Amino acid sequence: MSNFNVFDVAGSGMSAQQIRLNTTASNIANADSVSSSEGKTYRAREPVFAAMLTDSENEFSDPQAQLPGVSVLGIVERGTPLRAEYKPDHPQADKDGYIHLPNVNIMEEMANMISASRSYQTNADVMNTAKTLMQKTMMLGE
Amino acid sequence: MIAGIENVFGIHESALKIREARQSILANNLANVDTPNYQAQDLDFATALDALSSVDTEALSVSDRNHIAEDVMSFDSEISFRSPTQASLDGNTVDADREKAEFSKNALSHQATLTFMNHQIRTMLMAIRGE
Repeated sequence: MSNFNVFDVAGSGMSAQQIRLNTTASNIANADSVSSSEGKTYRAREPVFAAMLTDSENEFSDPQAQLPGVSVLGIVERGTPLRAEYKPDHPQADKDGYIHLPNVNIMEEMANMISASRSYQTNADVMNTAKTLMQKTMMLGE
Repeated sequence: MIAGIENVFGIHESALKIREARQSILANNLANVDTPNYQAQDLDFATALDALSSVDTEALSVSDRNHIAEDVMSFDSEISFRSPTQASLDGNTVDADREKAEFSKNALSHQATLTFMNHQIRTMLMAIRGE
């Protein structure tokens, strides 16, 4: 039955947004994680979303799997440069007196967080509507 | 009004199938609202209904796994891409507000179809019981 597909699709959307929310939380939590070398400094992370494609092997066995939803391809580190600040009296300053700060932009993260939470909400609403309609279909004639 | 007992629901049976298929498509659009290069899709109700009513009820038999089953429920050929109202930087053509509006509209029509079917069942029951 095709209606069950809605739950898979909305569920995949919800889990993708949850991962996005998790990376945002990690980025915000580490926004001020100071380090004494560039290699050890935290870099902002973000998930890469992609639309799932139908597996050609399973195409014949499962003709209903036409719209499978979203998948998270992986989590990448943001390429923007890290910040360096001259603070010679900081306990974690390197030999030149610099401390290294993550490339986390709090404004960007907040915007990301709101966008993820809205999308999550939308998917939850979709699931709820599908559930109500399915229940009504099952109650036909009562 | 009603041709025979096997055709109690008339057009509502086809309508319900299309509403369900369209619901999945719109849910997929909403799930992919942040996916780069995703193209929003939609199903035109009128075309799908035409296609469904012209389908031959005698289905092809599938005896081998390499045979392609005639999948009446997928409406593959009727699904088309939405033309975007505003270009987005990541190539995504989903307009969340528009999709949400379409989804609500579709859900309401879905509910209307179910109500019609429910009333049909009640009418039939009334006739059977002779109340």
